[in-house]
Amino acid sequence: MTPSLSAILSSRKNVVGLLLLAVFLGTLPLWLNTPYALSTLILIAIYAIVTMGLCLLMGYAGQVSLGQAAFFGLGAYGSAILSTRMGWSPWLALVASAAITGGIAYLIGLPIFRLQGHYLALGTLAFGLIVRVVLNEGKTITGGPTGLPGIPRLTLAGVALKSDLAYYYLAWGVALLALIMALNIVNSRFGRALRAIREGQEAAESLGVEVARYKLRILVTSAIYASVAGSLYAHYMIFVSPNAFDFDTSVRLVLMAAVGGLASVWGAPLGAAVILLLSLVLREVMPLLTGSSSGEQQLVAYGVLLVLIMIFMPDGLTGAASRAWRRAQPLAVLRRRLRRA
Amino acid sequence: MDGEPLVILEIEGVSKHFGGVVALDEVSFAVRDGEILALIGPNGAGKTTLLNIIAGTLPPNKGQVRFRGKRLNGRPPYERVRMGIARTFQQALIFGKMTVLENVMVGCHIRGQSELLDAALRWPRVRREEEDLYLDALRFLNLVGLGAKANQEAGTLPFGQQRLLAIARALAASPTLLLLDEPAAGLNRLEKNDLADLIRRIQQMRITIILVEHDMELVMRLADTVVVLDHGKRLAQGTPQEVRRNKAVIAAYLGTEEG
Amino acid sequence: MLSYAFKDYVQFLLSGASTGCIYVLIALGLITIYNVSGVINLAQGEFVMLGAMLAVVFYRQLHFPLWLAFLGAVLAIMLLGALVQRVTVYPARRAAEVTLIIITIGTAIALRGIALLLWGTTSYSLPEFSPGPPLQLGGAVLARQRLWIIGTAGIVLLLLYLFFEFTLLGKAVRACAINRQMAELLGINTQGMALLSYAIGGGLGAIAGVVIAPLALVSYDMGLSLGLKGFVVAIMGGMVNAPAAVVGGLILGIVESFSAGLVSSGFKEAIAFVVLFVVLVGRTVPWENLFRRRP
Repeated sequence: MTPSLSAILSSRKNVVGLLLLAVFLGTLPLWLNTPYALSTLILIAIYAIVTMGLCLLMGYAGQVSLGQAAFFGLGAYGSAILSTRMGWSPWLALVASAAITGGIAYLIGLPIFRLQGHYLALGTLAFGLIVRVVLNEGKTITGGPTGLPGIPRLTLAGVALKSDLAYYYLAWGVALLALIMALNIVNSRFGRALRAIREGQEAAESLGVEVARYKLRILVTSAIYASVAGSLYAHYMIFVSPNAFDFDTSVRLVLMAAVGGLASVWGAPLGAAVILLLSLVLREVMPLLTGSSSGEQQLVAYGVLLVLIMIFMPDGLTGAASRAWRRAQPLAVLRRRLRRA
Repeated sequence: MDGEPLVILEIEGVSKHFGGVVALDEVSFAVRDGEILALIGPNGAGKTTLLNIIAGTLPPNKGQVRFRGKRLNGRPPYERVRMGIARTFQQALIFGKMTVLENVMVGCHIRGQSELLDAALRWPRVRREEEDLYLDALRFLNLVGLGAKANQEAGTLPFGQQRLLAIARALAASPTLLLLDEPAAGLNRLEKNDLADLIRRIQQMRITIILVEHDMELVMRLADTVVVLDHGKRLAQGTPQEVRRNKAVIAAYLGTEEG
Repeated sequence: MLSYAFKDYVQFLLSGASTGCIYVLIALGLITIYNVSGVINLAQGEFVMLGAMLAVVFYRQLHFPLWLAFLGAVLAIMLLGALVQRVTVYPARRAAEVTLIIITIGTAIALRGIALLLWGTTSYSLPEFSPGPPLQLGGAVLARQRLWIIGTAGIVLLLLYLFFEFTLLGKAVRACAINRQMAELLGINTQGMALLSYAIGGGLGAIAGVVIAPLALVSYDMGLSLGLKGFVVAIMGGMVNAPAAVVGGLILGIVESFSAGLVSSGFKEAIAFVVLFVVLVGRTVPWENLFRRRP
């Protein structure tokens, strides 16, 4: 059975999905608008953006990154430093941060993508930790371990976005845009080449795919995604500190991507939502179990979850869903045939 | 038609060793435009190594390879594809989790031009290009007879068909030189006949073919020229009939002399 | 630099060498596991941490004598190592590389979280193996424990060498490392060997943990940093070359010691990561081709 062209481009499915998502998100604050809920939703949007970039890198190109929080942090600190210490307009700072972070990603990628598998993972891990140390030690510029306060709000058409509601729409607006672009990338010649790289680098190169160049480009893309998200984060929290961008954050990002489905861009917002909600639940539940409350205790849950997911559900929630859908198909066809008979 | 056919590929004094093991030792020969050249020899003779050197995945230690007069040394594989050289692998190496059609569309990669930014912004011409690639890919699938399986996950194909898919994929890159690495291994008699027909059809498309094969019947049937390698050295070269009568070749294969 | 005397340099050298021995032990555990089961055990640092923790528990809570606490901790972590292999690595043995990497990371995090749950964020300590004032060596002041570290590392290296070279079991393990399929054909139980390699790796990590415990603060998060440095050293040996790892470990320890003494301790942490980066990248440079004069 020959697939139709739009099936190849997945355009119809995606457009419908995007519209549904936009409507859902647009109307959500009508009935869910406590400050707590809104701030959680905003964070979900921000992390979803980072995760989308990570999915492109890990799921599509098959390159492991254990240091994605570094790009997230570079974007956040870039925006913070440029808008506070240098007085730049926040939007300009956002763009400049994204450019700088992308540039750093490019420079890191040049040597690091010659590594494969585990070595690549370790290299990204090392990079993430180096950035963390730099953010911590560069006291005069970054404010050191105590962080950088006083970040100005973003303004849209002259209006400062002070309320959580306004920021909610901004964050999800950007997230939807990011999602659209990611979907476009995936369903294209470039995205196909990426998947080919993941499936078999040697074979892909033997068909004319410039493997090294493409890997670099997707790394830079994922870094820019993370940087933009980082800038949004900085202007929302009005404060940044190195703790928010450490190894645990990188792990949580990998977990979000894994839960959603490494190879599914749609899985990114889903995974981000699940993990953030999970950490909320854990924050309530853990103190009851252990008598003390510390954010790091969620660690056990994350670790165990990661292992379990990778063993039993390596394609994440979206993978499990599409497999269930496919398994239901013969049944549906059979039902149709029986009805006609 | 008249005159000497053009030489399309020149192997000049190519040597390759891995540590202490000599895989290729000063191998030289030329491939003529439009012919089917079979590369045969006992196991370990260096055939796949030579193929890898032509394709660019392995650099030679000595010597060079020229394609249409241009030096290939130092050029990465993807550049050679753009020059017109495509290959298949012994293990097929198809993209298991992608559909059959998508595999061939990857083969069409160099026919397209839209890059990352174009994809992200999805200009109208990106969509038009996808349509063209899609139709081209379908065409190549039908050429090898896999058109009906376009939507199937490539990893679920039986191995013989995976081989065909690999050939379709390589053809999609519009090569003028196609390197086939043991395409007949593991195929039954019927499949081998179909394969022979396919290879003939490819030759009729004005594509030069270098065929690494163990199946002598196939080689005798298809090849215009046969090059025999043994222990990394070129042992003989000529038409299938000439090579078959060559005593050194017989000795290398059988270890004895035939009367 | 001029305000430092020769004796200070000797001090940096010796204390750096002892720290280097720790890294070597950790790296050897990584190398053993990698050689036999082909997995880079990103949880190695946690084995070190748990070894130290268990020794503390045995000594302070169960009031074992120090040597028994040492032994008990090492044996327990050897068991844990085998358990980790069976429960997390074995089920995923056919999965993609990305998956395996995430699994080992998940294991590391889970182990760290369990330690946090059991022992909280408090730091603990062990007494030195032989109590007494620090030793004076040519003007340098060296804690006695450092000699214990160097001595233990030396003995462990010797035992490993004897095991792999001269015992049947050791040779079986090496066979698996060299060619797994061949080893299976010869009737060697490769899964059993993988379990054993994890046990050995865990044991080596635990030894490192217990022997550094008197000098360091034992807490739930000591594993990440130590584990990473173990990787750096293991990678210097290409994950397979033990002697290179020994040399590399000593060098890293000494470089760290000098930079902490001469520059600042904040950036000392970054040194290992930078070295890791450089070593990783250095591996991708085709050194042989640079020294070739062929066309």
